[in-house]
Amino acid sequence: MGTALARQALKAGYQVRIATAKPAAENALLVDIVTPGAVAVESSQAAASDLVVLAIPLHKYRTLNPHELAGRIVIDAMNYWAPIDGVFDDFESDPRTTSEVVEGFLLNARVVKSLNHIGYHELEEDDKAAGDVTRRALALAGDDAEAKALVATFIDRLGYDAVDAGPLAAGRSFEPATEIFTGSHTAHQLVALIQKASPLADAA
Amino acid sequence: MQIGAYSFGDTQLNPDGSSRSTAEAIKNLFDAIVHADTVGLDYFGIGEHHTVSMPASSPSALIAAAAAATTQITLGSAASIISTDDPVRVFQQLATADAISGGGRIEITAGRGSSVETFPLFGFDLNDYDELYAQKLDLLLTLNNSQAEHVTWTGRTRPSISDLAVVPRPVNGSLPIWIATGGSAPSSARAGRLGLPISYGIIGGQPHRFAPLANLYRQSAAQAGHSGDNIKVSVATFGLVAPTKQEAIDRLYPGWVNLNLEMGKLRGWPAPQRRDFLAQVNAPNAYFVGDPDDIATRIVELHRHLGHMRHFFQGDHGGLPQEYLLESLTLLATEVKPRVQRLLAAK
Ligand SMILES: NC(=O)c1ccc[n+]([C@@H]2O[C@H](COP(=O)([O-])OP(=O)(O)OC[C@H]3O[C@@H](n4cnc5c(N)ncnc54)[C@H](OP(=O)(O)O)[C@@H]3O)[C@@H](O)[C@H]2O)c1
Repeated sequence: MGTALARQALKAGYQVRIATAKPAAENALLVDIVTPGAVAVESSQAAASDLVVLAIPLHKYRTLNPHELAGRIVIDAMNYWAPIDGVFDDFESDPRTTSEVVEGFLLNARVVKSLNHIGYHELEEDDKAAGDVTRRALALAGDDAEAKALVATFIDRLGYDAVDAGPLAAGRSFEPATEIFTGSHTAHQLVALIQKASPLADAA
Repeated sequence: MQIGAYSFGDTQLNPDGSSRSTAEAIKNLFDAIVHADTVGLDYFGIGEHHTVSMPASSPSALIAAAAAATTQITLGSAASIISTDDPVRVFQQLATADAISGGGRIEITAGRGSSVETFPLFGFDLNDYDELYAQKLDLLLTLNNSQAEHVTWTGRTRPSISDLAVVPRPVNGSLPIWIATGGSAPSSARAGRLGLPISYGIIGGQPHRFAPLANLYRQSAAQAGHSGDNIKVSVATFGLVAPTKQEAIDRLYPGWVNLNLEMGKLRGWPAPQRRDFLAQVNAPNAYFVGDPDDIATRIVELHRHLGHMRHFFQGDHGGLPQEYLLESLTLLATEVKPRVQRLLAAK
């Protein structure tokens, strides 16, 4: 997911830094060839970006460094789906959404859940210009208005309409196995699905 | 360009939708391999799956049987899930098949597995996914590269081996070992660094988008000082060939629905739609479903992007009637392959 997103963000004109669990030097060739234009960096440098996307296997979230991400605007693109990824107690025994669990671990990062419900190859194939009535929409959820505004702009520049699903807890409506997660929707359809999932939500 | 097929076994369905026997599926698969050999297909890969609908759980056993019943076709696992198997056994079983085959026709493809069936079945912890794969691959390569019968290896995921015989040795000294990947960039870089051939399983999206990965693979190999025959790419995709494209579509579609209904239950997907299927059946998309001209043209077009030396197809899923599989294998060998050779030679 990370490399597809990086290419799409480069296409949209962003400067992109990529870090994995490995040192930057080990990723240099990979980043040069697979995401030309992006820069391989250490995770501390990636974390210092204006917008940080987390696209690591969710069960590894505790390997992230909360201090590096303190105060940062962070998109959580990660999913938990036990039949495929295996069962992890952190998510089974906690009634919160996975994004809330991640936010709890990260202390005061400004977490926005999004980009989890589009396949990595779709991300590079389904983008359309703003205004196209068939343009695909992506949901976002978070508790920080400024962070959500930045993420909405980012999603728009990637080629998708952004639909605000409400607070971070409302991200439940687009977790795995939901209609939103498994399908592809325009903004209009997405708003209706979000309202159906939680009728009180103020989908805009 | 080599043309081939792969299968995970395909359990047939009764008219009421219930499954017929898994034993029948294995016998069908065996017959299909023998047929592929007779009509002149280059390669048959036998996958490892542990489900009622796809019951080819034991590629090594099937390959050993097929080695005795075939004369020219290359046979390989596609893939052996080495993370949850013992590489010593995988190596021994396929080296045994190699001896039976006369030598030089047996390959191992090492995979991590795309689903998690084998972890609970064999008692492994998914948390160890990465380490299991890395270590077991290391052991498999140590065995294969050994000049002698006696081997020494130490690691954490399996008891160490101290100067013990691992036999038989392959007829030609070693077996080709491929790395299977669904398209993660680190796997491509790893295969390149190890100097091993790489096999891309492309089951969705647009296959030509794998070009940067193949490039990364080749450059990683070059950077690590590897060159020559072992640096090569193969591609596995869905595919079924019939006399006409419409027939190919109509033959594959019911099984595709069944497969997606089953996967949907597991992964929480909605019911599959015919339009989703049809969106995939034309270039540049993922399903190679068509007549020989269509498929040959698309292989050659993809070759421009990936430079692959082998393309092999799976069409038997969700209860594809055996006669359709056999006809597709025949057409691949006798109609698609000559067209591909001609088109590539004309370039
Ligand atoms: N695949 C999709 O289509 C898709 C779409 C939407 C969302 N997602 C979600 O995105 C997440 C990742 O999926 P994926 O398919 O991209 O997995 P993946 O191919 O396994 O990639 C995961 C990456 O995370 C890196 N990583 C692990 N721990 C890290 C750490 N502490 N800091 C920085 N990087 C770290 C890994 O680097 P190393 O190799 O160095 O360990 C690897 O490059 C999952 O939660 C998934 O649900 C996936």
